[in-house]
Amino acid sequence: MLYLDKVNYIYQKGTAMEMPALHDVTLEIGDGEFIGIIGHTGSGKSTLIQHLNGLVRPTGGNIYYNGRDIWDEDFSRKELRTKVGLVFQYPEYQLFETTVEKDVEFGPSNMKLPKLEIQMRAFEALKTVGIGEDLYDVSPFDLSGGQKRRVAIAGVLAMKPEVIVLDEPTAGLDPCGRDEILEAIDRIRKERKITVVLVSHSMEDVARYVDRLIVMDHGSVRFNGPTHEVFQNYAELEKIGLAAPQVTYLTAALINRGIPLPGIATTVEEAREMLRAVTGVK
Amino acid sequence: MLRDITLGQYYPADSVIHRLDPRVKLTATLLFIVSMFLFHTFVGYAIAGICLAAVIVVSKVPFRFMMKGLKTIWFLLIFTMVFNIFLTGGTVIFEWKFIKITEEGLSNAAFMGFRLFFLIIGSSLMTLTTTPNQLTSGMETGLRWMKKIHVPVHEIAMMMSIALRFIPILMEETDRIMKAQQARGADFEEGKLKDRIKALVPVFVPLFVSAFRRANELAMAMEARCYRGDDGRTSMKPLKYKRRDGISYLLLAAYIALIIVTDKVVLALL
Amino acid sequence: MIKASKLAYEYIRRDEEGNVEGVVRALDGVDLDIKKGDFVAILGHNGSGKSTVAKEINAILEPTEGVLFVNGFDTSKEEDVWNIRQSAGMVFQNPDNQLVASVVEEDVAFGPENLGVPTNDIISRVAYALERVGMTAYRTSSPNHLSGGQKQRVAIAGILAMKPKCIVLDEPTAMLDPNGRKEVIATIHELNREEGITILLITHYMDEVVDCDKVIVMDNGKVVMQGTPREIFSRPEEIKQHKLDLPQVTELACELRKDGIKMPDGVLSVDEFVEAFVSKYGKK
Repeated sequence: MLYLDKVNYIYQKGTAMEMPALHDVTLEIGDGEFIGIIGHTGSGKSTLIQHLNGLVRPTGGNIYYNGRDIWDEDFSRKELRTKVGLVFQYPEYQLFETTVEKDVEFGPSNMKLPKLEIQMRAFEALKTVGIGEDLYDVSPFDLSGGQKRRVAIAGVLAMKPEVIVLDEPTAGLDPCGRDEILEAIDRIRKERKITVVLVSHSMEDVARYVDRLIVMDHGSVRFNGPTHEVFQNYAELEKIGLAAPQVTYLTAALINRGIPLPGIATTVEEAREMLRAVTGVK
Repeated sequence: MLRDITLGQYYPADSVIHRLDPRVKLTATLLFIVSMFLFHTFVGYAIAGICLAAVIVVSKVPFRFMMKGLKTIWFLLIFTMVFNIFLTGGTVIFEWKFIKITEEGLSNAAFMGFRLFFLIIGSSLMTLTTTPNQLTSGMETGLRWMKKIHVPVHEIAMMMSIALRFIPILMEETDRIMKAQQARGADFEEGKLKDRIKALVPVFVPLFVSAFRRANELAMAMEARCYRGDDGRTSMKPLKYKRRDGISYLLLAAYIALIIVTDKVVLALL
Repeated sequence: MIKASKLAYEYIRRDEEGNVEGVVRALDGVDLDIKKGDFVAILGHNGSGKSTVAKEINAILEPTEGVLFVNGFDTSKEEDVWNIRQSAGMVFQNPDNQLVASVVEEDVAFGPENLGVPTNDIISRVAYALERVGMTAYRTSSPNHLSGGQKQRVAIAGILAMKPKCIVLDEPTAMLDPNGRKEVIATIHELNREEGITILLITHYMDEVVDCDKVIVMDNGKVVMQGTPREIFSRPEEIKQHKLDLPQVTELACELRKDGIKMPDGVLSVDEFVEAFVSKYGKK
C-alpha cells in the first residue's frame, strides 16, 4: 500500500544548518497491518511519518502509494492526506472549533462532501473513539485531556483514511487516559479494518498491541520485523537508548538462572503462561 | 528545528566591540544616526565612512556578512536614489524626452544613498555585535531614569526577554499546527485571498489558546520562583562600565566634535 | 517539613455566562506529615487532587479549610508567602513553560535575583546548582536547544539556586521520553541522598515510586492509601480501583499468586522476582 524506497531527508538542505534526518529508509506498509515505530527522541521517527502523507518532501528516494509516486506532478497530495490520516503528538492542540462535532467535521468538510455525509462521518468517528452524544455540543476546550485527544483522533478518522498514523497518542496521559486511547485504537482496527501505524515510547504498549515493529536509530531503520522477534535483541535496543518491556528482562534473567523457559516473553500474559507451564500449575 | 532561528542577527566573535557595554553601543548608534544630519558636505561623509569602516574592522564581523543582511533593503536604497535622481530640479546635464537628470539630482541621490547606507550599516553593527539579551539589559539599565516619569522600564525589558525566549517556540508550534491542519485537509496554498485568510482560522485559534496557556503556566512558575517585580531585585550580570567603555565615550565625543568642526570649516572655505 | 491537617480546597465552577454551576471540592480533609529529608511520592490519576496539593504547598492556592505548614510557615498568611516559596521550590510539568531566560545560566539565576541575593553569591549559587544537576557544560546554551530531560534539570537547578529545604515536583516527567524520565528521577534521588533535600514527587508513573521512602495515593481529593512502596504494592486490587497501574513484575507476581504459585507480596523489581522465583522453583 505504502512503499518507501531509499528515502533520504536532509533538514534545511543547502544552508549552514544542514542536518541529515533520514538515511536510506526502505519500508513497506501493507494492507491491514498493525505496525509500531519506536526510537529515541531525534531518531527520525517523527520526520519519517510526515513523509507518509506528503507533508514533507524527501530530499532523495521515492514514496509510492498504491504503486504511484506521491511526488508525481499530477498526484494529489491533498487527497493522499485523506487516505493516510496523520494524528500528531499532543493532537488536542489542533482543536479550534466551538463544538466537538464541528471540530470533527473539519476534515470531511475540507473534502467537499455533502452535508449529510459529513455529519454521518463525524458521528461514526466519535462513536468509534468512545465520545458520547452528550458531548457533541460541548466546546472541545472544556473536555478532559484524554477526551480532547480522542476527539482529535476522531477528527482524522472522519476522513475515512485507509491508514492511520498516530504519533505517541498516549504521551502525557495518566494510566486511565492511556487505556481509553489504546482501547479506541483497538476499536478502530476492529471496526474499520484499516492499517494502523503507532509511534510510541512505551515498549509495554507496543509489545501488547502491534504485530510488526520498526526500530529507528539515527535516521535509519535498525530493526524491522515481528514484534516478538525484535525484542529478542533487547541488549542491542538498550545500546541505542531504548529498552524492552520489564517482563522481557525478567524472563531473560530467569533463563540465566537456569529456569527452563521456552524463550523470552514480551507481555505479562505470555510470561504468566510460561511460568505456569514451568511450575506445572494448571 | 525552527528553534535555531536567532532573533536579530548576532554574529559571535571575540572583539572589543562585542565586549563593550551595551549602553555604550546603544548611545553610539543613536549618536551616529544623529551625526548623519549634522553635516552638509562630502567631507562629513568621508569622516563618517572612515570611522564606520574602522569600527567594522575592529568588530571582526566580515563585511560580506553585513551585506547579506542588507539584501532586503537594497531595493529601498535604489528606489530612494532613483527617486532623487529624476525628481530633483536644477541644472540639467542630460535630457531625453521627458527624462531630465540634474546636477543637484545626482548629488542628492549620492548623499541620500550614502546616508541610508551608513544608517543601516551603523545600526546593524550594533545588533551584530550585541546579543538580544545584552540589548535588553542595556536598555533596562540605561533607561532606568525613565522610571521617574512612570515608564515601566523593568516590565518592558522583562517582556522583551520573555518574547525572545518564546518567539522561536511559538514559531515551531505554528509550523506544527499548520501541518496538523493540513493533515486534516486544510489548504493554505490555493484559493482566493478571502479563502486563504479563512484557512488561517484553524491555525490562529489553537495558537492563541496555546499562547495563553503558556503565559498562564509561565506566570505561575515565575511566582513560584519568588518573582515580584523590580523591587529588591538583584542581578547576576549587572552592567558595570569598564575602562574601554569610558574610552569609547570619549572617542564618540571626539567624533561628533570632528564632524561639526570640519563641516563648519569646509562650508566656510567653499 | 510539611504538615497538613484536614486540608480542603474548594473552587466554584461557572458556566459560560458566569452562573454558578456548583462547588468542586478538589481537596477533602487531607492530612500530611512529611519529615525533613524524606522522599515522598504522591500518586493519583488526573483530577485526583494531587496537583492541587502541590499548589497549596507553594501557596499558589489558599486552603478553604484546615491548615498547612511548610517549614514552619502557615500558608494562609500573606506575609510568609515568599518564605514559603523559597523553602519549598516547585518544578512543573511542561519543561518549556517554566524557563524564563534564553540563556541557561541566566534562567538559573532568576530565582536568586528575585530574592535579592548579592551578585557574587548568585554566581556561586548558579555554578553549584548547574554542577549538581550535571548541566554545567550547557551554561551558555539556549534552553531551546536542550532535550526535555535537560530542560527539566535546568528547572531543578533554578530551584536549587534558591537554596530550598524541599522541592515539590508536579509530574516532572509526564512530557519526557524514557531517557529523559530516567535523567530527572536519578537527579532528584541524588539531591535527596547527597544534599538532604526533602522531595515531594507527584506522578502517575508507578515505576518512579519504587525507590521512595513513602507513597501517598490520592483519589477524589482524599488520601486513600499511605505507606512504603512495598506496603502499597502489596495491595494491587486497591491500586487498580484508584485507576492506577502496576509495574509489570508486580502485576505478574500477583497474577501468579492467583494461579497458586507461591510468590511473595508486593514484588518491586526484576531482581526480587527472580530471587523469589528461583528459591522456590529453581534447581535444587
